[in-house]
Amino acid sequence: MIGFIAKRFINYAILSAIATLSAYVLASIILNPAARYLGRNPRPSDATINSILDGLGVNPNTPWVERLWAWIVRLVTEGSLGDTIHNTSVISEIAARAGTSLRLLILGTVIAAIVGVTLGVWGAVRQYRFSDQAISVASFTILATPAFVLGILLMIVATLLNNFLGVQLISFTGEYTPGLDGGWWVQFGDRAGHLLLPTISLALMGAAGYSRYQRSAMLDVLAADYIRTARSKGRTRGSALVRHGVRVALIPMSTYFAYSFATVLAGAAVTELVFSWHGMGELLVQSISQSDINAFTGAILFNAILILIAGTLADVVYAALDPRVRV
Amino acid sequence: MSMLDEMPAPDATAVITDVVHSAKPVSRLRLVMARLRSTPRFWVGIIGLGAIILWAIFGLVPNAWNYTDLDIYNMGSSPSRLHWFGTSDIGEDIYAQTIVGLRKSLIIGLLVGPLAAIVAGVVGAVAGYLGGWWDRVIVWVIDLLLVLPSLFLFILLSPIFKQLSWVALIFLLAGFGWMIMARVIRAQTRSLRERDFIKAARFMGVDTWTIIRRHVLPNVSSLLIIDATLGVGAAILSETTLSFFGFGIQAPDVSLGTLLAAGQSAAATRPWLFIFPAAILVFTVLSASLVGDALRDAVDPTSGVNRD
Amino acid sequence: MTENLIDPAASNETSPSVRPGPTQPNPSNHLLEVRDLHVTFPQPGGAVTAVRGVSYHVDQGEFLGIVGESGSGKSVSSLAVMGLLPSNAKISGDILFEGKSLLGRSDKEMSKLRGEGISIIFQDPLSALTPVYTIGAQISEALRLHDRKLSKAAANARAVELLKVVGIPNPERRAQAFPHEFSGGMRQRAMIAIAIANNPRLIIADEPTTALDVTIQAQILEVLQKAKDMTGAAVVLITHDLGVVAGNADRLAVMYAGRIVETGTVDQVFHAPSMPYTVGLLRSMPNLATAGHTRLVPLEGRPPQLSNLAPGCPFAPRCPVVIEACRSTEPPLTVIGEDPLNSAACLRVAEIASGQLDRTKLYPVPEPVATAERALVAPETVLDVAGLERHFPLSKGSVFKRTIGTVRAVDGVSFDLRTGQTLGLVGESGCGKSTTVMEILELTKPQAGQVSINGRDVATLTARERKALRKEIQVVFQDPMASLDPRLPVQDLVAEPLTVHGVPAKDRLEKVRAVLDLVGLDPSMASRYPHEFSGGQRQRIGIARALVTDPKIVVLDEPVSALDVSIQAGVINLLQDLQEKLGLSYLFVAHDLAVVRQISDNVAVMYLGRIVESGPAEAIFENPQHPYTKALLSAVPVPDPTVERSRTRILLEGDLPSPTEDITGCNFRTRCPLYKLMDAPGKEQCRTQDPQPRAVQNSVVACHHAERIGLLAAGMP
Repeated sequence: MIGFIAKRFINYAILSAIATLSAYVLASIILNPAARYLGRNPRPSDATINSILDGLGVNPNTPWVERLWAWIVRLVTEGSLGDTIHNTSVISEIAARAGTSLRLLILGTVIAAIVGVTLGVWGAVRQYRFSDQAISVASFTILATPAFVLGILLMIVATLLNNFLGVQLISFTGEYTPGLDGGWWVQFGDRAGHLLLPTISLALMGAAGYSRYQRSAMLDVLAADYIRTARSKGRTRGSALVRHGVRVALIPMSTYFAYSFATVLAGAAVTELVFSWHGMGELLVQSISQSDINAFTGAILFNAILILIAGTLADVVYAALDPRVRV
Repeated sequence: MSMLDEMPAPDATAVITDVVHSAKPVSRLRLVMARLRSTPRFWVGIIGLGAIILWAIFGLVPNAWNYTDLDIYNMGSSPSRLHWFGTSDIGEDIYAQTIVGLRKSLIIGLLVGPLAAIVAGVVGAVAGYLGGWWDRVIVWVIDLLLVLPSLFLFILLSPIFKQLSWVALIFLLAGFGWMIMARVIRAQTRSLRERDFIKAARFMGVDTWTIIRRHVLPNVSSLLIIDATLGVGAAILSETTLSFFGFGIQAPDVSLGTLLAAGQSAAATRPWLFIFPAAILVFTVLSASLVGDALRDAVDPTSGVNRD
Repeated sequence: MTENLIDPAASNETSPSVRPGPTQPNPSNHLLEVRDLHVTFPQPGGAVTAVRGVSYHVDQGEFLGIVGESGSGKSVSSLAVMGLLPSNAKISGDILFEGKSLLGRSDKEMSKLRGEGISIIFQDPLSALTPVYTIGAQISEALRLHDRKLSKAAANARAVELLKVVGIPNPERRAQAFPHEFSGGMRQRAMIAIAIANNPRLIIADEPTTALDVTIQAQILEVLQKAKDMTGAAVVLITHDLGVVAGNADRLAVMYAGRIVETGTVDQVFHAPSMPYTVGLLRSMPNLATAGHTRLVPLEGRPPQLSNLAPGCPFAPRCPVVIEACRSTEPPLTVIGEDPLNSAACLRVAEIASGQLDRTKLYPVPEPVATAERALVAPETVLDVAGLERHFPLSKGSVFKRTIGTVRAVDGVSFDLRTGQTLGLVGESGCGKSTTVMEILELTKPQAGQVSINGRDVATLTARERKALRKEIQVVFQDPMASLDPRLPVQDLVAEPLTVHGVPAKDRLEKVRAVLDLVGLDPSMASRYPHEFSGGQRQRIGIARALVTDPKIVVLDEPVSALDVSIQAGVINLLQDLQEKLGLSYLFVAHDLAVVRQISDNVAVMYLGRIVESGPAEAIFENPQHPYTKALLSAVPVPDPTVERSRTRILLEGDLPSPTEDITGCNFRTRCPLYKLMDAPGKEQCRTQDPQPRAVQNSVVACHHAERIGLLAAGMP
């Protein structure tokens, strides 16, 4: 089992490394950091621009292979991901933003998984009953809604609610209220309040996908012979489904979790942008619009590491759930 | 991510044989059609999709406004008899703009879905049938593209295709939309390869490409049709998200995404700027995915049926 | 369950809608009594009535066999007894267990009875056990469900005990194992352990041995009998195999198209069948005791579609003695003679019972191919296989793969096949018989050894020559549905080998029509698709495709094992006729020894990648010299209760050893019944020396002690 997990981990690690390196190469080829300085008034001299770019290691005049090599050497020897074009270190930039993103991501994913699995099992067991149809319609509709539309719709609802109540019950712009005075508890409450809508948005999207998948995994299990065996031993249908069915139907979910995680990341980035959070999603989009190669690569590396962790975690769960892979 | 291979890929033909044993010998197509007809989801989806397409084609006629027209007398007006969906700050007719945006989104969706399915079919069948190094390389590429969220790649590549026409976007979306399905097709092909009729063809001396063309692809075609249908909705979603953030369709072209981006800031105060395009978008994608889902259930009878 | 129970509109929480039958509260003194049971499944294409008025009873400690082909309703009726039918099934009639009606009870009430009063053993033991719980846990679950006071530890101890009872070695350790770590036979033993855990009064066994090999089947039937003796339970054994019930059951019910068409004691049904269907079924089965001497009598046609039944006797379209009245009225079960329990559903039952209609002449025996039509062939060797090997490396480890052993799938197999003859290659699953033929069909250089076709070593062929040689050797697969691409019409399927060899389209069509005619299909059906044909017809299409290039050799890989018994005979006869007419050579791979005996001139018996005995069919079947052959033959059930009662079985112990196990000396000695009887030097020889094939009597045997085979006294048919 440890061998299995180790193999999967190495596989993910190599994939993440290659993904990051190819992101660096692609960004180096496509983005032109010099353009940012050319438009300035007064326009800096070419020598100035070159020295700035050389300092960052992103000068397009240097072949990208050399730049990539320098980037790797710096990463290995100094543990540095280079500097952003604002001359801050990429690592400190990520450190400042990671907490914001992770808070949303972890909460959203956990809620999505719990709600999605529950609704999926419920829908399968009550197949074609009203509750199943309602869950199905709701999840199809959410899946058909882009993340940004969902976010904005939630904001409209919150505005209406706030207006109706006449107080700012739900605040949704940014990650916290700037300049808010108060103790630790006030700060905490404020952040939690700001977290509400983005988390709902992300959790809704995740839960819609998980519930569809869990429903079909559960339907496969409903027809399985071992459910019939469990009933023939003297279990009622409901108890056989819970004790034998759900346990088996969770196995494919761990795989689905691993492969849907990249989508969740993209969804989280969009959600952050919509709610004006200063998280990793914003860093990623900003870095591209500002042609910041180092920051972009750093953001991609961050995502790759998250996928690495999520993938390995999914494998651990898989191995724990399914004795057939525990060799 | 080789565990993805174990994702339940409906073994369509195998399942159908079970049915044929006990029922009248009906053709596969007829069986699928019969199941489709009895699925309400299919009707909702196909009627919805048909209505949307017809509306996109003919909807502009009854309204007098063109999408470039500016009605300076009615700037920022709410929905009225004159402007059914209201107007924007500078007097653009939202109804006309929605239809034009919808057209673009539909064209992109309807082209990208099938295009991605074709790529998925060919790549998946080749990897699954040939195996060996072909398979390893293809699976690695697929895994790589699954690890890198494609939204980020689109954004990265946007400076390039911003300079090209919006048609380039179609190829870009198709180029990153085939991976998951290719894995499913690959898994399906691997199980097909062990099936006796493929073995029989090999022992008769039929060459590899003929086997892929004549036996493998037709037998995964049902999956490809499903994928193409589901891909329509997915492509529209990707396009609108990109355009919303300014990385997709560029002015003066209009798509549902750009329209939503324009209406976003006024979403709470003048909701018609946002709500109408958003509702049309959700309705379109929902219809396409309902058709795809109903197709999947019809092709794989075990996927939607409780035999308890 | 082969019946299609799919209904998308199924709602499932409600208990099956039940219409109480017209029966009065009429107390039953049988253990189980089923009265006029009807089961209907609503389906999109119209309701399917899978069971149409079935009545039977089982008394305490009785062994009832229910026999029928797929779709006869035998499984559905037993699931109805357990209350395990899908909730959309409409059930009417009555089911009484210990005098109390079971219909209309809630799932909760039924669950108290299931496992405690009635238990069931299902067909496929792999899918019938939950993959994520240990075997021990699944047995103790059954115990604790009906005895809430039982402690976990006590239940586990009892589970180990039960595993011991059903003959699982090392029960303490094996109780901790998961189902995937068990072999098919062991899983079925575990299923039996679950079934007898609470000492039920009735055990229903639904095709318990169908998925198993014949030697394992013999073991399981033995365990089932033991379980019955221990618990004193009555047993209902449901099967399609007449041989399985012949030796075990007391009474028998034969089902056809959702009804019982004949019932009586095993002797009554086997020796004096009175329903033409039973007569035909018994005549069409290849019987190990008689095979090879007589031609099989095919039972033409196929069972009716239950969704769309015509009035009258459902067997009428296939019946050789059908009269006008049969087409309008469905005959009820009529008592045949004195015994009220012996009855048959046939309008002409009196004529058959009295002998006015001779049972043996009911079905016309097909004529052998006329001498004039027989192809004259010079006896030469067309296929020669010498020392063929196919080893697969077995690797372990996930990060760094390392080879930990080799699976010797084919380990030095030699045989030859001569013109116009049939070589039967027999063995149980995992013996390497299929790998052997697939290696031959690749027509490439094997890992070791030599394959020659028409005297030409295939290792030396160029690509062009190999393609040309493919014309000479063709193959027919086991499952015709799987081996015919469902997307192509029959004419394209059959013509496919010709397209490879560049035959022009016009000639192709002509040739296709000719071969279709040859295999007994109407050439006008060439434009239809495979699914429009019945199982037997599809296999004929497969045969036509194999013959379209006029090959010399046809490899038949289990060509009839996927077909229903009543259809097998027709295909076997066709193969025999074609061989005589065209002078074909058959390499016939099968696990069913009776079928092999019916068709083969020579037989080779395989065990763990080796041929352990080969020789003329007559010699092998009449006078086997290898202990494995002997055990294999004794395990085959014979559809004749008198023969079955007089036989003693040689039971092989345990399962096929795992392919990684390295067994020194003779690889059969771990299970060999003869090895146990040997003295110390004899055992030593088996342990250390690998037996080489040598001639003993009329066959070639790989056994050191073949001369002492007489020590194994076994009653042979």
